Amino acid sequence: MNNLKIFVDSKYIDNYETVLPLSGAHAVAEAMRQINPDTVAAYPITPQTPIVERFSEFVADGKVDTEFIPVESEHSAMSATIGASAAGARAMTATSSVGLALMFEVVNAASGMRLPIVMPVVNRALSSPINIHCDHSDTMACRDAGWIQIYSENSQEAYEHAILAIRLAEHPEIQLPVMVAQDGFITSHSVEVVRILKDEVVKNFVGERKPIHSLLFSENPVTFGALELPDYFFETKRQQQYAMEMALKYYSDIANELTKLTGHAYPMFEPFMLDDADVALIALNSSAGTIKKVVKEMRQEGKKVGLLKIRLFRPFNYELMKSMLKHVKTIGVLDRSFSFGANPPVFSEVLASLRSENIFSFVYGLGGRELYESQVRETFDNLLKGKFDAKINYIGLRE
Amino acid sequence: MNPKEYSEKERALYSGHSSCAGCAMPVVTRSALASASEYNIVASAATGCLEVTTTIYPTSSWGVPWIHNTFENAAATISGVESAYKALSRKGKINKKYKFIAFGGDGGTYDIGLQSLSGALERGHNFLYICYDNEGYMNTGGQRSSASPFGASTTTSPAGTVHKGKEQWRKDLMKIAVAHNIPYVAQATIGNWPDMTMKFKKGIETNGPAVVVVLSPCILLWHIKPDEANTVSRLAIDSCFWPLYEVINGRYVLNYDPGKRKKPIEEFMKPQGRYKHLFKPENRHIIDFIQKRIDEEWEELKRRAEFDKAYIKSNSESEKQGRN
Repeated sequence: MNNLKIFVDSKYIDNYETVLPLSGAHAVAEAMRQINPDTVAAYPITPQTPIVERFSEFVADGKVDTEFIPVESEHSAMSATIGASAAGARAMTATSSVGLALMFEVVNAASGMRLPIVMPVVNRALSSPINIHCDHSDTMACRDAGWIQIYSENSQEAYEHAILAIRLAEHPEIQLPVMVAQDGFITSHSVEVVRILKDEVVKNFVGERKPIHSLLFSENPVTFGALELPDYFFETKRQQQYAMEMALKYYSDIANELTKLTGHAYPMFEPFMLDDADVALIALNSSAGTIKKVVKEMRQEGKKVGLLKIRLFRPFNYELMKSMLKHVKTIGVLDRSFSFGANPPVFSEVLASLRSENIFSFVYGLGGRELYESQVRETFDNLLKGKFDAKINYIGLRE
Repeated sequence: MNPKEYSEKERALYSGHSSCAGCAMPVVTRSALASASEYNIVASAATGCLEVTTTIYPTSSWGVPWIHNTFENAAATISGVESAYKALSRKGKINKKYKFIAFGGDGGTYDIGLQSLSGALERGHNFLYICYDNEGYMNTGGQRSSASPFGASTTTSPAGTVHKGKEQWRKDLMKIAVAHNIPYVAQATIGNWPDMTMKFKKGIETNGPAVVVVLSPCILLWHIKPDEANTVSRLAIDSCFWPLYEVINGRYVLNYDPGKRKKPIEEFMKPQGRYKHLFKPENRHIIDFIQKRIDEEWEELKRRAEFDKAYIKSNSESEKQGRN
């Protein structure tokens, strides 16, 4: 309790159980223990391994009711998790790097079936050359896979984001899977003080999963993963995009609910000494911590520098990014991965936020939907007339 | 279940699907679901003919809860469903009893899905895996798989002037499944329907993983007529190309021995266009080779079953004594 007093604001102290020295991996495992998912299917991969090892201990000691599925690959980890989630379970897995790359096919299937799976991901480089250390090539390669992506600066955030992610994923209007990222070794294996909420507080916050459809509702048999031809595919994918828009809409409400319990804020983009900054860096995950320290030092030297930390990378709030950077004269964007031959991923999104030209997006032709000359003509005519209401528009979609 | 009872069962796979006329696969599927009709069933399917022909959105032929994930993971997916069932039952959120069936073609089972199947078998999930084996990637136009038989012309092992069809012996999935030390493995085909449905029923009632491998003739790419799936399937049995047998707790049981009525392999091959090139006089040696190997495998299987028969007999006698 004395320790708690040191680390936790007295206003929130009743919600906390203890403080523990935990690595990021073990902090996430602790969140998983408190979430107590129905199933966890996982395969070991450095540096994610301590998550599943620690969770296996919880299973072995009866501290969770989870059905643990020790699969033979990451592909099967996600496949089994999809099966479990479609059966109405609160289903989790965790992975890293090439493991995420191996499951990439089914990562897309999970979001396509609108399954609210939560998956902690420990960021690590992709092969080749093989390298087990931190970079963001793995999750960035999945940025278009239809998953919500939350990035964590440290163990504390990795812990809290995992809890937040459950509610975000399972929100009835969202129903999307969520990746909760943390940096390999830098966060996953570094021991920090982590404030742990009471089990009951977490249990009440995450509640019970209330599946809309389930394979185990035999009185109302459903078909998951049907074949969709060009006549319907585009509309289904549009609904996935809509779900992302809903994630953007409801994110802050859910985050604020958690804030009331933890005393910590979870803005999509977190400013640090940004208000009067002339120069700002933009970063996600653990580097934000490093930058904060330097910002503080440089501020003492009288230099007007600041940081904008990205927490929610998918969906990406372009308007918010633009408004937060309005006053900043020069911006530096840090990317821990390439998009070979193109702008790196984070830079690309920030750049897109700042563009104000008359440029619009038209999504068309998904799943083999035809593009007709008449539609091209109509698009031209509309562009000639001037602006569109939305940045993203659709050609040939039935709405 | 006799055919009359079967015909009276409520359908769990409805008509209106788009499989080819005369295809054996819907017979396999419907029979499996009918064999399990006294249970609540959840089925999964690999990408392939079954999935593509039965679930064209917004329609579905499935009268039971069903999931298709991707090509190689029908077994891993059903293992997740089964685990969810266990967890939710334990927590009292599900009160009904369920059984689980995964369907995959030979591509989704012998080849790309082998690892997923192996993992699920090793983990001991309570499910029945049914491979409808049409001996090639028929949904994508008849490419060779590791289940395609020696000598068959496929679109990726076409009979040409130099190469005479597939040049490798088919993979023995039965042995692979048996090597997982699971309680029930069986081989069946539609040509002996009572045998096939008996195996489905045993499989679904097995406590633990069960695998039934079903030869499922493909009208289009075996190049047979729509009314020939059944007769060709029977010829597969009678020529011992596809012996009917079970492996129960590791012990082999032969379900049918044609004895002196055993037919030459040519009789099985003759009606099928995929073997047409082998009936040229210059390719006679290929048929002879196939015959020789079929005979060897058949003799080996018989020896194995004969050996296990003695074991099963002595075991059941000692069981009887134990009861007395």
